[in-house]
Amino acid sequence: MGKFQLFPVQASTLAPEVDHLLYFLLAVSVFFTLLIFGAIFFFAIKYRRRSEGELPHVQHTGYTLEIVWSVIPFGLTMVMFTWGASIFFNASKPPNDAIQIYAVGKQWMWKLEHMEGQREINELHIPVGRPVRVTMASEDVIHSFFVPAFRTKQDVVPGRYSTTWFTPTKTGKYHLFCAEYCGTRHSGMIGWVYVMEPADYQNWLSGGAAEGSLADNGKKLFESLACNNCHKEDNTGRCPNLVNLFGKQVQLAGGGTVKADEAYIRESILQPQAKIVAGFEPVMPTFTGLVSEDQVLQLVEYVKSLGPKPAAGAIDTGTSSQGRPGAPPAIPAKR
Amino acid sequence: MITEAAVEREHYLNASYGLKSWLLTKDHKRIGLLYLATITLFFFIGGAFATLIRVELLTPQGDLVSSQTYNKLFTMHGVAMIFFFLIPSIPAVLGNFFLPIMIGARDLAFPKLNLLSWYLLVIGGAFSLFAMIAGGVDTGWTFYTPYSTSYSNSWVISTALGIFVAGFSSILTGLNFIVTVHRMRAPGMTWFRMPLFVWANYATSLIQVLGTPVLAVTIVLLFVERVFHLGIFDPARGGDPVLFQHLFWFYSHPAVYIMILPSMGVVSEIISTFSRKSVFGYGFVAFSSVAIAVLGFLVWGHHLFVSGQSLYAGMVFSFLSYFVAIPSAIKVFNWTATLYKGSIVFQTPMLYAFGFIGLFTVGGLTGLFLAALGMDIHVTDTYFVIAHFHYIMVGGALMGYLGGMHFWWPKMTGRMYPEGWAKLSALVIFLGFNLTFFPQFILGYLGMPRRYHAYPEEFQVLNVLSTAGASVLAVGYLIPMIYFIWSLRYGKIAPANPWGATGLEWRTSSPPPVHNFEETPIVSHDAYDYSTVMGEEIEVG
Ligand code: HEC
Ligand code: HEM
Ligand SMILES: [Cu+2]
Ligand SMILES: [Cu+2]
Repeated sequence: MGKFQLFPVQASTLAPEVDHLLYFLLAVSVFFTLLIFGAIFFFAIKYRRRSEGELPHVQHTGYTLEIVWSVIPFGLTMVMFTWGASIFFNASKPPNDAIQIYAVGKQWMWKLEHMEGQREINELHIPVGRPVRVTMASEDVIHSFFVPAFRTKQDVVPGRYSTTWFTPTKTGKYHLFCAEYCGTRHSGMIGWVYVMEPADYQNWLSGGAAEGSLADNGKKLFESLACNNCHKEDNTGRCPNLVNLFGKQVQLAGGGTVKADEAYIRESILQPQAKIVAGFEPVMPTFTGLVSEDQVLQLVEYVKSLGPKPAAGAIDTGTSSQGRPGAPPAIPAKR
Repeated sequence: MITEAAVEREHYLNASYGLKSWLLTKDHKRIGLLYLATITLFFFIGGAFATLIRVELLTPQGDLVSSQTYNKLFTMHGVAMIFFFLIPSIPAVLGNFFLPIMIGARDLAFPKLNLLSWYLLVIGGAFSLFAMIAGGVDTGWTFYTPYSTSYSNSWVISTALGIFVAGFSSILTGLNFIVTVHRMRAPGMTWFRMPLFVWANYATSLIQVLGTPVLAVTIVLLFVERVFHLGIFDPARGGDPVLFQHLFWFYSHPAVYIMILPSMGVVSEIISTFSRKSVFGYGFVAFSSVAIAVLGFLVWGHHLFVSGQSLYAGMVFSFLSYFVAIPSAIKVFNWTATLYKGSIVFQTPMLYAFGFIGLFTVGGLTGLFLAALGMDIHVTDTYFVIAHFHYIMVGGALMGYLGGMHFWWPKMTGRMYPEGWAKLSALVIFLGFNLTFFPQFILGYLGMPRRYHAYPEEFQVLNVLSTAGASVLAVGYLIPMIYFIWSLRYGKIAPANPWGATGLEWRTSSPPPVHNFEETPIVSHDAYDYSTVMGEEIEVG
């Protein structure tokens, strides 16, 4: 039998917050459980039937009592609601300086990619103490990215991007699970998250055999898929210039605007007809079936690298505090 | 009205004989027994699957069955237990049998429709059984898309069809109950003289009638996508997988109340009878059932907190989920208060009622954990959720059902069950249950995901405990099965009112005559007025 545990490790900034809420919920539950069990035992013994003919007094509804035991629990539940919601709310927005990771779930593995181009399968290396944002896509069915030590979980729904983020606080090796049932080998869709000292992480990054950064690979794809035949940087094509597109409001044909975020760019590639940019013909072919989710991610990352400066500070893994020589070339070179 | 030997008298069981007299019966009591046989079969099928699941989980490696088989086991366990056992259990067996008698009616409003409902359940069950035998289904009882529509290679359609057909059984039963309660009450049986069991079944019927059609529509959409490849839920075909989850839970959250409300009704009857007191706060208990039925329709989104629904939707659903907890809490407090200054005896039904209150309390309180957004991110889709709903559905609903079975067994069969064995099994079930499911709360918080065929080593100790508990539990369930059958022949002859209860069902003989009452009863008292039962023997205090 493996090492026996009763409580999961706390390895993210979120973990103690969730655990504190747990203690509160446990305290309330234990109190009410003891109250009810105690009252039942006490009454059951004290008022056990002593003679066959006994007929107890008729008791009338006590309205005060009914109000008391509705209002007090209600008050307590509102504390639970507020507490739980505030954790959730605060945990919903990744900070701007988060390290960006991309994840693709497919039956039955996790593919993880770093901005610098390192790719991992069922393993994720990250530095301790820095927020990490994971943008996720699924190639097939719904999966769910779950790291118990971080107390985070997010479903990865096909057809859209999902994000989660966490700030690891403790170096070590933690389980990564798929928590949404996804077919035969669902319980095999597991891996490890390695939280490392920043220096070790830098070593790991430079040691791995990266085949070019994500954006570089995206650029190659952009050329090999002939996107660049239409989309030209000098505005000569019949097609929108993608430079400085990311994060802008795009005017759509037929009115309305949309923010050019990751989801929009993904949609522009896979379902170009869904939203047409004002002033252009709907001539862009769909790339559904021609590119995989991780290739789409590379393309998205390439479009992002065309500027303006990415909102999520995705690239500057090296600029934290210790400058690092020999770090892979930062992408913004092209900005 | 006092006891007479049941054997010589004509009653619903000996009024006619032969298979035809059962298969074509319009007597709600016989139909209740047909349901009993059907759902008991499904309970044991579901139980067999559960046993295999627990044995597989003894070791971290998936070594007893293949992953594929394991996935089929938990799916078929869920489908059998939820759709073919627990949803029909109390309403279709005990409700069918007793709801008309308890309001002084001769039958349900639509006896033929009632028989049709049973046939629908059997047909639905047959489809699902066929799927199980032909190769099984592996989508989980929740049928999440696009796995169920585009990826699973198992018998999705025939299982879903079975659930679809069984759904109509549920709808028709609900309809029948509603009309019966409105139209068939005996003279003097006003709404606020109705036993709480009737109120609970009435509220349940509202959910069945309003909620189940949504399930039917969802299954049709699933069918259309899987068979005709129309893009509804699969994003690869332009659909939205989360839409399925909304539709599914719009039915299935209320459905959890279809499973628990009737059980709460049973517990109200039992607590009152065995403490010889009117249920404290009768009106509050009655209306809390209706409140649960209504509020239950507003909280489905708490199953989708991490599915990517919007932040604010999550907040609203979390907020509303807490509202639905209050009426449940009110019931628990009122039951407890009923015991105060009562005259309490510890016969088997009462033990089950105590078990219900205890386990439902734990299940309900852990529901509050899950409804807290920040907490749910961590525990959703883990064993914590499994423990939560088993505490409510098995600890609560099933305990209530067994309590009701013991309570009314003398009336249904004219025989007493053996009290000693029954108390023993109630105790075994309570202990076995806690040993099985309590460790799962801890497992869930540790992070063990649900639906895992193999798991990391550090979870083994708790899983072994759970499996040990499951074996105790299995013994606990087998004992009643044996002595109930035994009692049909060897049990003591039951008097008309063995418990000194007040309900109309105890005013007629055991077992009741074909038309329930020799003469239409006239009601002049509140539901739990024990002076009416005791009046002749003792002074009213
Ligand atoms: C046949 C020419 C053509 C090709 C090839 C093409 N596109 Fe496009 N693309 C267009 C046109 C025209 C539009 C504007 C109309 C629209 O929104 O569909 C567009 C729009 C876009 C947009 C939205 C731009 C904005 O300003 O909102 C993105 C992003 C994009 N394409 C990316 C790509 C990528 C990546 C590829 C290669 C995989 C590609 N396109 C290939 C013609 C093309
Ligand atoms: C007392 C009030 C209750 C509250 C606040 C509550 C809350 C919740 C929440 C928030 C979830 C979602 C958990 C998740 O998936 O992350 C859940 C799951 C569940 N609950 Fe409850 N619950 C309550 C009562 C009940 C009752 C009465 C039943 C059944 C009779 C029940 C059965 C279930 C089931 C079956 C699931 C999980 C279904 C699945 O995912 O397979 N709950 N509950
Ligand atoms: Cu999975
Ligand atoms: Cu629910």
